[in-house]
Amino acid sequence: MTEHVTHAAAVATQAGYLAFIPLVPLFGAVVLGLRGAAIQRRAGKGLVGAIACMTVAVSFALSVVAFLQLAGMEPDARLLTARLFPWIDVGSLRVDAAFAVDPLSAVMILIVTGIGGLIHLYATGYMHDDPAFWRFFAYLNLFTFAMLTLVLGDSLLTMFVGWEGVGFCSWGLIGFWHKELPNTTAGNKAFIVNRIGDFGFVLGIFLLFWSLEAHGHGTVVFRELREHAHLIAADRFWGVPVITLATLLLFVGATGKSAQIPLYVWLPDAMAGPTPVSALIHAATMVTAGVYMIGRLSFLFALAPATLAVVATIGALTALLAATIALAQNDIKKVLAYSTVSQLGYMFLAMGVGAYAAGIFHLMTHAFFKACLFLGSGSVIHAMGGEQDMRQMGGLRKKLPVTSTTFIIATLAIAGIPPLAGFFSKDEILWQAYSSPLGSKALWAIGLVVAFLTAFYMFRQVFMVFFGECRAHHEVQHHLHESPPAMTWPLRILAVGSVGAGLLWIPHVYTPFEHWLEPVMGHPAGHGEVATELSLMVLSVAVAVSGIGLAWMMYMAGALKPELFSNALGGAPYRAVYNKYYVDELYGLVFVRGGVALCRAVAWFDLHIIDGVVNLSAAVVRGVASLTGTIDNWVVDGAVNGVADVTQRVGRRVRNLQTGAISAYLYFIVFGVLGGVLLYWSWAVAS
Amino acid sequence: MGDLGLHHFVGLSAILFALGLYCVLTRRNAIGILMGIELVLNSANINYVAFARYGNGGYDGQVFAIFVIMLAAAEAAIGLAIVLGIYQSFETIDVEATDRLRL
Repeated sequence: MTEHVTHAAAVATQAGYLAFIPLVPLFGAVVLGLRGAAIQRRAGKGLVGAIACMTVAVSFALSVVAFLQLAGMEPDARLLTARLFPWIDVGSLRVDAAFAVDPLSAVMILIVTGIGGLIHLYATGYMHDDPAFWRFFAYLNLFTFAMLTLVLGDSLLTMFVGWEGVGFCSWGLIGFWHKELPNTTAGNKAFIVNRIGDFGFVLGIFLLFWSLEAHGHGTVVFRELREHAHLIAADRFWGVPVITLATLLLFVGATGKSAQIPLYVWLPDAMAGPTPVSALIHAATMVTAGVYMIGRLSFLFALAPATLAVVATIGALTALLAATIALAQNDIKKVLAYSTVSQLGYMFLAMGVGAYAAGIFHLMTHAFFKACLFLGSGSVIHAMGGEQDMRQMGGLRKKLPVTSTTFIIATLAIAGIPPLAGFFSKDEILWQAYSSPLGSKALWAIGLVVAFLTAFYMFRQVFMVFFGECRAHHEVQHHLHESPPAMTWPLRILAVGSVGAGLLWIPHVYTPFEHWLEPVMGHPAGHGEVATELSLMVLSVAVAVSGIGLAWMMYMAGALKPELFSNALGGAPYRAVYNKYYVDELYGLVFVRGGVALCRAVAWFDLHIIDGVVNLSAAVVRGVASLTGTIDNWVVDGAVNGVADVTQRVGRRVRNLQTGAISAYLYFIVFGVLGGVLLYWSWAVAS
Repeated sequence: MGDLGLHHFVGLSAILFALGLYCVLTRRNAIGILMGIELVLNSANINYVAFARYGNGGYDGQVFAIFVIMLAAAEAAIGLAIVLGIYQSFETIDVEATDRLRL
């Protein structure tokens, strides 16, 4: 693999076993996809679950090996690659099917296989009564393969293969319970909205390759991109810097996959899928692909400050928008879905202010506590017999001790209470937004408001679900039970992660996570006085605590009635938030109706103009054809038939001469000769 | 009358040719026609010999007359064979009745 690389610091170490990290789950997916039904029928669901979990466990073990191997190397030499086969070799485009692990992808594969493995284990309990158990795990394994391909791919194209693969699995799993129309509709919505983003992503790849090609270095391999990116720093395309345009197009892809404005609308609907899917795909891994992609291409985005400003603004606005919508949702999973959108906004805010490592750090902590929250909500839904409306819950703390404890720990983490994971990661983002030259006070302020809102709506959820009086039906109350160990153990482990993951980046004290990513991401841009940083930290804690306090007053102590807010200003703000700002309706009106109207217009154009032209040309051709037909029938055929006719008539006359009588022939001969002689004589006499 | 001259022979030959031709044209019997043809051929022979005798003195005419006699013999052999064949097929040798090429 060293033949491509000239840069001394980027010499890669061959490590063939990397290929097995994605391929083992693929093997599981193939086995379960093709033979899963038979295995489940003959050997039971236990074996199906074991195959699915074991493949991911093997991947996790290999990921740990890769991580340890990286850790044992010099920081600048931390790059492992595995080249499978040459994939595309057309013109100057040369792409290998190859995987690469650097510190960034090492973090990602540990998250994907580690947390993904826990969710697999959890799902063996959660999905236990589903007859299509095997299909679920086939999809889940396939998703793990695709996500690992996305993360491990060493070029934009291999990444794109995974990018599309996770989109497909997401579609299949959202609509997993496909017998109900809303589920499949939600799956289609997710897929179609993602297609819009993917279109931008592909255009971005094309533009990058095309403009690098102009400098003789056309490539889509990350290492080579990194080496040659400076070549196109001054290029312009239609007056816009190429890098800005390309990174913006790539960011469009990220908004689709990671549910940012304006393409976030699919994620809340994606909650139609089974809860482990929501935890794995729509919280911990797939939706962070956009963040990962920007982190992977941080060297490009760093060259495009205009794009970074857009990324930061979109991230902050998405965080705020989703957090406000989450305030008024009553579906336990919808709250978490909007919370995910909001937290992804934080990550993009971090990326936009140049704090790539902080964004990835929040990605990791978020994976822990949001997976824990989703799995916890799944445990609640499981116990409640499928009920998802929080107004029907309450007081579940006593019946579901493990679930409630882990859920509350994860909620404290997401609310930003020190020393839990969310505090460190969120606070680093806020500090970077405040202090980075790319950041601003406004971005920081939005982040702070979002922190307050997050603490509020998450504790609103905790209080509504786990505290107070149980509002469920007696029947349901009677059947309340803690989930089986296969479900509670993942919750425990994730709760530990939600507590401990933040300790990897304690500012100024202990920052191994930042150092780990330094070879890939460089130093964060932000810097300022430690005293300012500390005071902002205290402020954000105060904000989080006050959010919790407000929730306590409204939903526990009863000191403030929720109606006070919902009826404020004539109830209009509440209705807007409750109805998600009518964005779905707006999109439905503009894009869906608009699309239908456009289709109608095109259909009309087709029916009247295109068909008219076609029919007209057909009529012209028919006219010409009938003319040539006439000529053929009368002139050509006439000539042919005329010749035949004349021959026939002549033949009919001449036939009479051939009588068969020899004497007649003799007469002809004699008188013919005499006639000839007479003619000759008369001619001879005349001349 | 004097000596016999070339014109006597040519006149005889012309009479003989006319009689032969008349025979060929009027006979309905195939053998009669063959006999008429003999007469025509012999009138030609007379011409050959006469022109050779009164011509430039060579023997070309006589040689050609011998050829014609030989040719007439061959012709008579083939002609009679055909007549025999016609008779076997039609059971007649009347040329007016044998006006078909197939039975």
